Amino acid sequence: MNKILLIIQREYTTRVRKKSFWIASLLVPFLIAGVYAIPIYLALSSNDTKNIDVVDESGLFKGKIKSDEELTYRFIDKSFEKAKTDLYISDADILVNIQKDILQNPNGVKIVSKKSVGIGTQFDIEGKIQNELRNIKFQNANIDLKVLEENKVKVNAETFTIQEDGKEQSNSSTGAMILAGVFGIILYMSVLLYGSQVMNGVIEEKSNRIIEVMISSVRPFQLMIGKIVGVGLVGLTQFMLWGILTFATSSATTAVMSGKIEEKVKTMQSKGANSLDIKKMKDEFKSKNPLNNISQTVENVSLAKMIICFLLFYIGGYLLYSSLFAAIGSAVENSTEAQQFMFPVTIPIIISFMLGQYIIQQPDSPVAFWASMFPLTSPINMMVRLPFGVPNWEIALSFTILVLGFLGASWFAGKVYRVGILMYGKKPTWREISKWVFYKG
Amino acid sequence: MSNILEAQHVVKRYAEHTALNDVSIEVPQGSIFGLLGPNGAGKTSLIRIINQITAPDEGQIILNGERLQPKHIEDIGYLPEERGLYKKMKVGEQLLYLAQLKGMKKVDALEKLKMWFIKFDIKDWWDKNVEDLSKGMQQKTQFIATIVHEPKLIILDEPFSGFDPINANLLKDEILELKQRGTTIIFSTHRMESVEELCDNIALINKSKVVLHGEKKEVKNRFKDNSYSVEYTGNLHNENGHFELINTQILEDGIMKSTIKNIQNVPVNQLVSQLMNQIELKSFNENIPSFNEIFIKVVGGEGNDLL
Repeated sequence: MNKILLIIQREYTTRVRKKSFWIASLLVPFLIAGVYAIPIYLALSSNDTKNIDVVDESGLFKGKIKSDEELTYRFIDKSFEKAKTDLYISDADILVNIQKDILQNPNGVKIVSKKSVGIGTQFDIEGKIQNELRNIKFQNANIDLKVLEENKVKVNAETFTIQEDGKEQSNSSTGAMILAGVFGIILYMSVLLYGSQVMNGVIEEKSNRIIEVMISSVRPFQLMIGKIVGVGLVGLTQFMLWGILTFATSSATTAVMSGKIEEKVKTMQSKGANSLDIKKMKDEFKSKNPLNNISQTVENVSLAKMIICFLLFYIGGYLLYSSLFAAIGSAVENSTEAQQFMFPVTIPIIISFMLGQYIIQQPDSPVAFWASMFPLTSPINMMVRLPFGVPNWEIALSFTILVLGFLGASWFAGKVYRVGILMYGKKPTWREISKWVFYKG
Repeated sequence: MSNILEAQHVVKRYAEHTALNDVSIEVPQGSIFGLLGPNGAGKTSLIRIINQITAPDEGQIILNGERLQPKHIEDIGYLPEERGLYKKMKVGEQLLYLAQLKGMKKVDALEKLKMWFIKFDIKDWWDKNVEDLSKGMQQKTQFIATIVHEPKLIILDEPFSGFDPINANLLKDEILELKQRGTTIIFSTHRMESVEELCDNIALINKSKVVLHGEKKEVKNRFKDNSYSVEYTGNLHNENGHFELINTQILEDGIMKSTIKNIQNVPVNQLVSQLMNQIELKSFNENIPSFNEIFIKVVGGEGNDLL
């Protein structure tokens, strides 16, 4: 037992001391923070204003198209031809021509510009003209705009799950979906990443030829388990660092962002925007920040339960797959040879990931249920289902099956490993590997 | 002299072949034991069984009077033929790790390792990465890893392969010193001159079977063919049939060298006096076969009648 601890210690410390470990541990949280901070930041800081000169030949739009912070609309009394030639001496960036027969011919709008027009700007111009045209058409058809406005209804359903005891729980499926996706991706990546680290560790020992010295001191199974646990702990350490650092960087960016949003609110107020617009803007930014959605879900499914389940299913799935990876590593002499044997092990991981994408849509379907029970797919798929709410008995059953799966896999892997690590020379076939399982001592 | 190790009727089968077929050897306490045999004879299989890397299908290994058990791992030091180290680990750390895996306490291991580092004059290697060491340096490191826990039995598989002459000598001296301190050493090799030089006992394995086993001198005696080398001046002839003249060659200054065979098994003194009547004797030596000759003879298929 003591020897396993020594092996775990070595496997852990040699990996944690590597620069690459720290680079990955530090980089990922900053990337995560960046992924949502950058779009918000860009949206907030686009202070670029454009001047748009409008030549309105129809005379329908003057005073009806309003400027905003980004686009300033100015109606000019020039002919379109003249305005075009004057474009480079004026301070206008864009010139819009609305033709006389615009009511009959909605395509009678031309946009001319110095630089190519961004799609956003184009939509803005088109949208404003479109709205105004519609208003005019409604008026012509004697439809009262006020009545129309008053009768606009927006349905915003609140979703609840109801439990057996009648307790209602509101759930936010966006947040759950994000969280499920995050769980799925983390498990998928980490099983592949740390599983192949185990495999490469075994290959390293074999190709270094230190293996024979090692197994004259410890049992092959001890060495295998020590390596698997050591690498697994490296994984847990990395998750912990990622968790803490992501929380820290995200909180920091959120704080900076809310400062920026407040600033923006002030400038909007000074420009005389009404409170409804401000609320709309705030909501928009809020929805861009995934932390808000997630924290809502976290309120529904208890945070502790999720963390515990994540750890259990990470550990179970990792142990299951990494013992298979260890068996592959023992059978080959270098990573190139390993490719061929990795295929059957990576396939179930990839399938679970693909199933996960379906399960996010249908978390209560029979496929979701069985995928979260079968030990090769359950680690990823149970975690994908979890944020949508899974009964405890299902979690317990799935985990029990997973543990049994791990025991079976490690028994099999131990048998293959014990023979494989001492086999040099020719690359074994599947048939030979399956025979190793039944070798004695 | 008691035996530190006995293999009793050990059989090991693999899918397609039998690696060891009813192999029995006895290794006396405190001796240097040569495990000889051509490639693929089964030496490494036997060594792996002694090291408990694999288990025999039949038979048993007795170490110090007890059936081999996991606790015996600490009593054995093993230097495999294919040897290696963790390349990215520091020399000192690695040796400390390997020593601890052999059951040493960290403090004891540290103390012993320091001693060896001073002895081999490699103190400044402690913090070096193994991959920065030369091959010779790695070999020294591996040797230290084999013996640092002061095992009672040391097994060296082809220890001299890949060693330059200086390191090979150093290794030889260490082996002899270990023997003096009472350690038993088994080494497997093809290099017959090192067998000649170091071994007290040998076992020769060929085609999964022990074909020769015993004390070095006694084994050699078995292969003596009662022939002698004689250097002399004069004229040697074989007249009354005590001996047979096998061959004669002329050396410098009129000195002749002949090989004769004592066909009637007369006492050596009688043989010598008969020779002295004919020639002026310069030297007279019994021809004792070298292990090289014995090896080739036995493995080559002859000499099976001597088993």
